[in-house]
Amino acid sequence: MATAAIPIAKPRSFLGRLIGGDEIAFAITWTASASILLVTVMLVWQLWSRSSLARAKFGLDFLVSRTWDPVAVQFGALPFIYGTLLTAVLALLISVPLGVGAAIFLSEMAPRRLSDIASFLVELLAAVPSVIYGLLAIFTLIPLLRTYGEPFLHNTLGFLPFFQGPMYGVGYLAAGLILAIMTFPFIISISREALMDVPNDQREAALALGATKWEATWQAVVPFARLGILGSVFLGLARALGETMAVTMVIGNTPTISASLFSPGSTIAASIANEFAEASGDVYLASLILLGLVLFLLTIVINGLARLLILATTKKGTSV
Amino acid sequence: MSRLGLRLCVGVASLTALTFGALAAQTITAAGATFPAIIYGKWFEQFRQKDPSVQINYQAIGSGGGIKQLTAGTVDFGASDKPMSDEEIAEVVKQRKFKPLHFPTVLGAVVPIYNIEGVTKELKFTGDALAGIFLGTVTKWNDKAIASANPGVKLPDQAITVVVRSDSSGTSFVFTDFLTKVNDAWKNKVGANAAPNWPVGLRAKGSEGVSGQVKQLPNSIGYVELTYAIQNNMGYGSVQNSATKFIKAELASVTAAAAGAAASMPEDFRVSITNAPGAAAYPISTFTWLLIPDKISDPTKKKAITEFLSWMLTTGQQSAAPLHYAPLPKQVIAKEQKAISLIK
Repeated sequence: MATAAIPIAKPRSFLGRLIGGDEIAFAITWTASASILLVTVMLVWQLWSRSSLARAKFGLDFLVSRTWDPVAVQFGALPFIYGTLLTAVLALLISVPLGVGAAIFLSEMAPRRLSDIASFLVELLAAVPSVIYGLLAIFTLIPLLRTYGEPFLHNTLGFLPFFQGPMYGVGYLAAGLILAIMTFPFIISISREALMDVPNDQREAALALGATKWEATWQAVVPFARLGILGSVFLGLARALGETMAVTMVIGNTPTISASLFSPGSTIAASIANEFAEASGDVYLASLILLGLVLFLLTIVINGLARLLILATTKKGTSV
Repeated sequence: MSRLGLRLCVGVASLTALTFGALAAQTITAAGATFPAIIYGKWFEQFRQKDPSVQINYQAIGSGGGIKQLTAGTVDFGASDKPMSDEEIAEVVKQRKFKPLHFPTVLGAVVPIYNIEGVTKELKFTGDALAGIFLGTVTKWNDKAIASANPGVKLPDQAITVVVRSDSSGTSFVFTDFLTKVNDAWKNKVGANAAPNWPVGLRAKGSEGVSGQVKQLPNSIGYVELTYAIQNNMGYGSVQNSATKFIKAELASVTAAAAGAAASMPEDFRVSITNAPGAAAYPISTFTWLLIPDKISDPTKKKAITEFLSWMLTTGQQSAAPLHYAPLPKQVIAKEQKAISLIK
């Protein structure tokens, strides 16, 4: 009978599956993904346990105190949190419009060859070590800011509190600018990829409905790639929050809070880099580690918000 | 590809060399201060040539790190730019069952550097003027506190931009230790620390950061190690000492500060020599110390370390001046040679 011709698939033995590679592949990939979790857990555990002295001494005051005084053993993170957020926001305010704009041009309007060359250059920029950006800032950006940029801002917009006070060149503004230059390649590179992945149907449909080239790009292509563009912005933000070397070199490193962008300030990462090597005293060291924990939590909160934003926009349903 | 190959070869070769070196020699590990790292490197190399059976590996991780490593027992001895506090010593005794002994090796000094438009003459600073500038109470270059010590120099009516170290540093400690001794306002408001809560100023990382900012910013002032200033051909000001003389930091005037302090030197060598007595003494000077355990159980290590100390105090001192470190004065060397016998 015909049924006899159909071989009955016997469940393969464990040995058989092992030889077939399934079990091995499972074990390897499982270990790989478990290691991510393991590293994260170990990181949090280390930060938590080693900062216990500072947590016990300062409690939640650590987050709102403005004093950072190793002599008096009084530590508060507020100036650093402020500096971290301010420089990151400043950086994104500059790099998001520039990066997304450049990505739209490169994917939608530029000739393919130009687009490829430009994206190669952008990827080169992303690979430049941050200490090189720091040097660039010290030798060119800061003198330019001090002699031209800051006096110009002061003369035109000096009525705002953001552009007042002495102009040293180093400070929040310099840090924000150098972070903008550093996050720009990430945003442009990933946004361009996302825009290029938009199916051609989308463009053709819009054009067929009588849209101009720009209308098709802005109303049909960009919303479709929204997820990728948002992703690039949050990756840029993560880099801006955690960047250490370049910021330390240009921000002035004073634990103060000032509305003026000309004022020197500090960030969490910069202060850890500056003070960790020679920190003496257990509470001082624990406070620096607690700063690390604060930065970690700050990034988690911001990443969580990013997830929520993405969820909210996907429900509206213009994109995939 | 060939470059990669070359790198691999060099890597393997140096690894092999390291392994064989370690097998052949008694390896002693040490860690600590960065300021004397250059002369320590030179000394350990010279000593290895003299006695190939001893190899001392020194890691310049900073004074705080040196004390931490010694306390944790991961190094055979430490090094620091500031003496250990009583609590730090007690912690080592508790954890390691030995007491760290301080052995001064060379001297360092901190000098004020500045960049004032139109001023090329060397400036003189009183302790009060420096304290005022770094406290933010002296804000203009033509302030009486500065001008009265510099007759004949035309100082501009410009705001002073202060630049200090952002990283925790022995240099900052010595500088603030001096200001604490000479100025009560400084003592009450800031105090002596490797990472003080500076009342004013931009902060830059490392001596290179401070000197870079001072060079770039018009009408600014900062402070760096004397060794760093000499190596980079930088001009610097002189500072008034305890005998009210303005002294420019040079290797001789720094050694003079140690000689001035030698008379009142405690037996354990833990002494600050800022504002030291002596008409020729430069007031912002300091020792840098090796931190040696008073009990070394391994006899070959004990022999190697004590021999190194005796060598360092005699032949080794001759290497100091060519590398721009101030050598120890005779009185201190004599005291230290006696102290070597404390290592059991």
